[in-house]
Amino acid sequence: MKFKAMTAIAALLLAPAAFAGGADDDVLVINGEIEMTTKADAPAHLDGALDQVISGWHFRADETQQLETDDFENQGMIFVDQAIDQWNTAAGSEGKSCADCHGAPEDNMAMVTATYPKYDSDAGELQTVQMQMNECRTERMGADPWKYDSGAAVNMEALIASVGRGTPVQVAIDGDAAPYYEQGKEMYYTRYGQLELSCANCHEENFGNYIRADHLSQGQINGFPTYRLKNAKLNGVQSRFKGCIRDTRAETFSPGSDEFVALELYVKSRGNGLSVEGPSVRN
Amino acid sequence: MRLTAIAAAVTLVAGVAHAESHSGAVAPEDVQYGETGAVATSLSGMPGDAANGQVVFSTKSMGNCVSCHAVAQLTDVPFQGEVGPELTWSGESRSEEELRGIVANAKMSFDGTVMPAFYKTNGYIRPGNGYTGKAAEGDLPPILTAQQVEDVVAFLLTLKEQ
Ligand code: HEC
Ligand code: HEC
Repeated sequence: MKFKAMTAIAALLLAPAAFAGGADDDVLVINGEIEMTTKADAPAHLDGALDQVISGWHFRADETQQLETDDFENQGMIFVDQAIDQWNTAAGSEGKSCADCHGAPEDNMAMVTATYPKYDSDAGELQTVQMQMNECRTERMGADPWKYDSGAAVNMEALIASVGRGTPVQVAIDGDAAPYYEQGKEMYYTRYGQLELSCANCHEENFGNYIRADHLSQGQINGFPTYRLKNAKLNGVQSRFKGCIRDTRAETFSPGSDEFVALELYVKSRGNGLSVEGPSVRN
Repeated sequence: MRLTAIAAAVTLVAGVAHAESHSGAVAPEDVQYGETGAVATSLSGMPGDAANGQVVFSTKSMGNCVSCHAVAQLTDVPFQGEVGPELTWSGESRSEEELRGIVANAKMSFDGTVMPAFYKTNGYIRPGNGYTGKAAEGDLPPILTAQQVEDVVAFLLTLKEQ
């Protein structure tokens, strides 16, 4: 480690034009108490495609990283507070709130983000957290579903993630989840659009490199929803996928589509072993 | 290697010149790539303009080459990318024919490369209408015109150790 740092410095001195590449060696502890796993051995199913899985946190500038270490600085937590109000507010024809069925989120929701998307045998489909929330709204509360990745939905997703922070991501990819995993994997390696770029071209082959001003990460989703300094709100996973595919000059998919649900499972599984980190702070 | 590329290029000249006598420019689907991916003659039938090529290279809505490649000579272009190799010496290390082939369709020179093809119109998966995220309407024009490819090649040829 020490040696690597020294060679890196030597290389920088020799070639001052080179960028400092790769993930940094910083350690993430939130609120001085939640110790986060931001680097982990790659899960076996990645089959050597990556040696190590790394949270997007490591690719951000120090000032951005810092914002995530304290809930008072993490502006994503403002939206979590809004979601807490929502959690406790009755909605729909049944006059029920989330709290009426689930109590306190920290008591009953801590494992949700780590294990979703998850196959629901009653519904007969793979469900993301947002799909599960809408099932509760429409079938148990008599309320309207939230539009996929709308503010209310992403804020609630962030509340649920926040109470699971530090838990290792551990989505199941076998059994009924397997076909979704395979579909998502196929998408991950498909070179979409006029630029013919796949997720893997940028996030597997080139993480650590700069593409213009952007320092490419592994495109992990353990930190979602992300609070982005760029748009000052919480951003959903599938909206991020949409943006990345659009940037290949492709016809993208929509948040909530079957394709993106499958892709979410696959990308989430690439981060099995990393801590749930949402709401994270990114640029 | 170098020798075969040149030999292939020479044998191509006749065919390409023939196509050009009709239209002036070679259509994307008619470009003749040599064995190693080189393209022998100007796609537009005209010489390239290096100054314009520099603009194409650095502008997002055109080549946007700088998002992936650094060029030391472009001192006023910030945030040069590192996905592809640095191109500071392209004018010495590559011939005009090789550079033309790489810019037109780098996949003919480097199997499976990340680098996009700039003078190609079909074979895409879910082609979009620019960066709108919407489906392309009808056939897409190539990302760069024949003349823009020539201009970029002319620019790359100026990149030498100074
Ligand atoms: C042309 C390059 C490119 C392609 C192709 C691409 N991305 Fe990205 N992606 C980026 C850039 C640049 C960023 C912002 C910097 C970063 O976090 O890597 C980003 C960010 C992300 C993030 C946010 C990571 C975080 O920690 O906040 C996710 C998730 C992501 N991409 C997933 C994907 C997926 C899935 C695909 C394919 C469907 C994909 N990307 C295709 C360039 C790309
Ligand atoms: C998305 C990334 C990307 C973009 C955009 C891109 N390139 Fe490349 N380019 C690459 C990669 C990667 C290689 C290395 C080839 C390989 O795969 O081995 C390369 C190789 C090259 C080479 C050969 C370098 C050598 O001598 O070996 C040239 C010349 C070149 N690119 C020019 C351009 C020009 C000009 C443009 C814009 C019109 C451009 N590139 C846009 C990624 C890119």
